[in-house]
Amino acid sequence: MPDLLLELFSEEIPARMQAKAADDLRRMVTDKLVAEGLVYEGAKAFSTPRRLALTVHGIPARQPDLKTERRGPKMGAPDAAVQGFLKATGLTSLDEAKIQRDPKGDFYIALIEKPGRDAIDVLAEILPVIIRTFPWPKSMRWGARSGKPGSLSWVRPLHAITATFGPETEEPDIVKFSVDGIETGQTTYGHRFMAPAPISVRRFEDYEAKLKAAKVILDPQARKDIIFADAKELTFAQGFELVEDQVLLDEVSGLVEWPVVMMGSFEPEYLSIPEEVIRATIRNNQKCFVVRDAKTGKLTNKFVLTANIEATDGGKTIVAGNERVIRPRLSDAKFFYEADLKTRLEDRLPKFEQIVFHEKLGTQAARIKRIERLAAEIAPMVGADVAKATRAAHLAKADLLTEVVGEFPEVQGLMGKYYALAQGEDASVAAACEEHYKPQGPADRVPTDPVSVAVALADKIDTLVGFWAIDEKPTGSKDPYALRRAALGVIRLLVENGVRLNLTKLFDRHYDTVLESIAERLRSAGRTFGVGMGSLDLLSFFADRLKVQLREQGARHDLVDAVFALGGQDDLLMIVRRVEALGKFLETDDGKNLLAGIKRASNILGIEEKKDKRSFDGAPDAALYGLDEEKALAKAIGEVKAEASAAVAKEDFAAAMSAMAKLRPPVDAFFDKVRVNDDDAKVRENRLKLLNEIRSATRAVADFSKIQD
Amino acid sequence: MDASLPAHMRPERSFQGFILALQRFWAEQGCVILQPYDMEMGAGTFHPATTLRALGPKPWNAAYVQPSRRPKDGRYGENPNRMQHYYQFQVIMKPSPPNLQDLYLKSLAAIGIDSAVHDIRFVEDDWESPTLGAWGLGWECWCDGMEVSQFTYFQQVAGVECAPVAGELTYGLERLAMYVQGVDRVYDLNFNGRDGDAKVTYGDVFLQAEREYSKHNFEIADTTMLFEQFKMAEAACRKYLDAGWKDSKREAHLMALPAYDQCIKASHVFNLLDARGVISVTERQSYILRVRELAKACGEAWIHTEAGGAA
Repeated sequence: MPDLLLELFSEEIPARMQAKAADDLRRMVTDKLVAEGLVYEGAKAFSTPRRLALTVHGIPARQPDLKTERRGPKMGAPDAAVQGFLKATGLTSLDEAKIQRDPKGDFYIALIEKPGRDAIDVLAEILPVIIRTFPWPKSMRWGARSGKPGSLSWVRPLHAITATFGPETEEPDIVKFSVDGIETGQTTYGHRFMAPAPISVRRFEDYEAKLKAAKVILDPQARKDIIFADAKELTFAQGFELVEDQVLLDEVSGLVEWPVVMMGSFEPEYLSIPEEVIRATIRNNQKCFVVRDAKTGKLTNKFVLTANIEATDGGKTIVAGNERVIRPRLSDAKFFYEADLKTRLEDRLPKFEQIVFHEKLGTQAARIKRIERLAAEIAPMVGADVAKATRAAHLAKADLLTEVVGEFPEVQGLMGKYYALAQGEDASVAAACEEHYKPQGPADRVPTDPVSVAVALADKIDTLVGFWAIDEKPTGSKDPYALRRAALGVIRLLVENGVRLNLTKLFDRHYDTVLESIAERLRSAGRTFGVGMGSLDLLSFFADRLKVQLREQGARHDLVDAVFALGGQDDLLMIVRRVEALGKFLETDDGKNLLAGIKRASNILGIEEKKDKRSFDGAPDAALYGLDEEKALAKAIGEVKAEASAAVAKEDFAAAMSAMAKLRPPVDAFFDKVRVNDDDAKVRENRLKLLNEIRSATRAVADFSKIQD
Repeated sequence: MDASLPAHMRPERSFQGFILALQRFWAEQGCVILQPYDMEMGAGTFHPATTLRALGPKPWNAAYVQPSRRPKDGRYGENPNRMQHYYQFQVIMKPSPPNLQDLYLKSLAAIGIDSAVHDIRFVEDDWESPTLGAWGLGWECWCDGMEVSQFTYFQQVAGVECAPVAGELTYGLERLAMYVQGVDRVYDLNFNGRDGDAKVTYGDVFLQAEREYSKHNFEIADTTMLFEQFKMAEAACRKYLDAGWKDSKREAHLMALPAYDQCIKASHVFNLLDARGVISVTERQSYILRVRELAKACGEAWIHTEAGGAA
């Protein structure tokens, strides 16, 4: 069966967009083929800086013929209906229609045959649409045609389209179409400098091979492998070790069509700069890898660059040029670092008075004061020294004003730690300068040093309470202040460190602090708003975050609702433990059956409550129990309630669940033997009250009605 | 590179030879070679030959050197490559020709950068000028890991969609010249390509100015006057724009260029105030916005002029 080769040849595509673009191209073309009834055998897409390429093999040469039946009017229907039917189906007369009998009568049936089209014609129709609607994150117009409306938008100017279609053994055909004046053909181009001449290609196999001969490695993975292997070998040969960097490797492989790896060096004196700063300088600005000494594990004065050319001088000029660029960059970094060391972190703080954190939330200085206060409040709850937590909160943001962080924002926090250590701060205080930003995401490490935990919690809670106070909450996909991440950070800090904390109180108190801190700002802005709404709403935001977190871990998120529905739950650690115990219990037979029993009780109650338009609250009357099963259930409820509540009070949720398990036999026996809707109205009412008691007894551990089956 | 050039005119020896080589190259591509605009501005893009001529349907190919004033970048002449005054070489071609990348690479060859031994790359860099209400897509062009030019396909300028799109190239002249001359300090550049006593360096020409203007920009510039000048330029720009409409139909404009001069003025005055550190973070945004509003109004006026393509 025939194969498709498609290449879109353009000016340089941003590295970060290439992988997704290749994937989009494959997906869009194959989806469309399948939708057109052309089921293919396989497809693969590739990208280089100058081209997107796609091969789809095993496409049927023709679409299958489509046969459909269409039911028309009844025999003897008015002429208008018959004419309409003929027109819609393309039949010339009713003689061409079949007649089908069904219970409602005899109907005309038209058999419509739609012959399949040649796949190449289908391709010529779908490919230009895909090109015109391609989802580049950012696209542009260019050239003379951009003066007119409706001109093509592409990521950068598109120059040529190769599109061929044909079976392996024959000369393929060109899929003929044109987009914005670009006619399809079978001509592409090799490496911009080493083999710029046009190349005529037939199908994927010779395309890939001819490109390789023209110094273009089509497959990005192959380019990555070459860069990685060569870089390792080059460094290893000199007794060094490459500092691996997957993100950088991805980017670099998108900047070259023909990778040539070389090593350069810089003056050893720059090794006095912190390694992370050297790495950031060389990586961000020059897209080069750094190298460490295999024995000491420390960085050496080498770097690995990836050029896009086999230079005629063997690369001497390129290495020298890169060294000339890196030198002043490192010289700047060293200058910045040394200049930073001359100013104590606390002396930088006054400048924060001028820096607005958020228009409504005031300056960074105001925010730091709030975080200090909150960190001091949290410190005893997490076992941290109050003075150290306060000090750490005081200094933690100061590195934002240093030259190095100004230049390389990704080393924020880390530089704070270096500068804090350099000025003789306590080790925990210095560590907190770095760690208070953590965890940054689900994969990031959670700090464990109590001082770091206190400041990290304070930092995030101030952010959350603050944005809640000014009503800037995340909506849908919009979360510009990363508040979801902050809430998840709080959850992980508390749960993974086993920290008990009543969030409601903390939120309420900090809410007051925030209002006080921004009062002046709001007054001058002429805004007034209600006070005290913050914490409740924020807690339910945490409940949602917790659900998402549990769902991602594969745990049952509906149990979170069952626990939150009890009300008054604001200790995340206890909530999580309760959810865990509940989850385990529900995996046992006792748990499953009890849940079923409780649901049954709830259902009956729900129906009867609706029927009688009343609820069945209140204690049942023991005198009205007629059957042993009633009495046994009533007794069990009393015992279990007491036992479970006592266990919950001791925070022994496993024991509380075991107590619950004791309810199962009497509940089962009750439903087995007792008819709830007794003829005697009083007995019926009493039995419904007893059912209601089951529900209330189980609320000692969770609201079972919120649990999904 | 032209082998017939005398040694002192060769681009790898002489800063002025370097500029002349670029001018000659682009003149041969059909560009009009303009002289610098006679006003202070932060980048060559502000020159009306780019900002305004990028708008409207008429073809336009131009190249020129433009001194760029960035008051905040002054380092009192002590930094090897940061200055408050430097040169940009600007090329604008409308509509962008299909071979603009090739032309750019040829221009590098003309100033002595051989693509067989150098590693030349086009690395994503989307350009945006908040003060000009302009954006475009393109690259920073790298030579052996050093950014040597900006390459942009303008999509919008002064708030107006570009139709057709213009291609813009900006060369950082000092940095490129330092690279081809092989010097690490801008003031060591050989300006006139001569040796011995006849040699004039970049430092001979500009070091004194860098020291003086750094002091002026950071310490002395009269902020009261500058605040006043900003307001005056803003008001004048608006006044000229209003007065420039040919009649009440507002279909033809007769005074976009003088109004745009006032926009350039306001922008530079803002840059000076910014260097003096008297504009707070929040105010900064609103000043940028004010300049942008002027730029947009000028762009709107320009497309109603005859040169701007109005019928």
